[in-house]
Amino acid sequence: MNNFTPIAAAVGGALIGLATVLLMMLTGRVAGISGIFGGLLSLPSSDTIQSDKIWRIAFIAGLILAPLTGTFVGHALAEPQLPASWPVVVVAGLLVGIGTRIGSGCTSGHGVCGIARLSPRSIVATMIFMAAAIVTALTHHVFGA
Amino acid sequence: MIALAALLCGFIFGWGLLISGMMNPTKVLGFLDIFGAWDASLAVVMAGALAVTSIGFAWAKQRGTPLLAPRFQWPTRSDIDRPLVAGALTFGVGWGLAGLCPGPALENLASLSPRVIIFVIAMAIGMMVGGLLQKRAIAEGPAY
Repeated sequence: MNNFTPIAAAVGGALIGLATVLLMMLTGRVAGISGIFGGLLSLPSSDTIQSDKIWRIAFIAGLILAPLTGTFVGHALAEPQLPASWPVVVVAGLLVGIGTRIGSGCTSGHGVCGIARLSPRSIVATMIFMAAAIVTALTHHVFGA
Repeated sequence: MIALAALLCGFIFGWGLLISGMMNPTKVLGFLDIFGAWDASLAVVMAGALAVTSIGFAWAKQRGTPLLAPRFQWPTRSDIDRPLVAGALTFGVGWGLAGLCPGPALENLASLSPRVIIFVIAMAIGMMVGGLLQKRAIAEGPAY
């Protein structure tokens, strides 16, 4: 437990909650990141659908802007450590994309928004993806990949 | 106005992921790898987010309508079907492989890391493939 950072985790978590509540209170939308991003990938058709894309782009822009402003207050922008193997990076991305689309959500949509509403779908989905991720991370650990 | 609100919310969300350390795949894997040097931080992040969101959503439901839009778009489904289970399993394996879920993946684009860019492109392709699979399943009708 030497890397445990409970205070930073609680403050950060509360901010995630605040953003989630604000998005709902202001725009009526669920802050599910896979859903927000996925909504940008549909083929353009009518004008109403186009205007639906602007807030999605704005939310993601805010998300990307945050760590850039973080560099001014001592949160250096670090390159995240991802698997050394390119095929593993590609496969992981594909699985995250397919899974969140078919399963209608990710850590934010199911894990935060859904569980906060006590949605049975989200509670089940979160238990399954947590278990699957823990088993996968375990095989990592075992094979040292 | 809605776009501005969304920008602000994305920004606060991003700061939440940044401060909590959840942008860092190594820290996320430190939670998922329960037999390694286990790091419980992710559970505390979830608990903090859920505490605020549960109260906030209850308040929103009492209010009736959002400030800038005509209505709240609460998800309505409550059935547990095969796509939900299969999708969650698939997502979990991908998350466990790289330690990145969609939020941190997009936020890490800020670093212009080639691995993150490839991950996000693969994720976008995966979402489109998932969408096609869904359409085919609807066209063929339920197979169960």
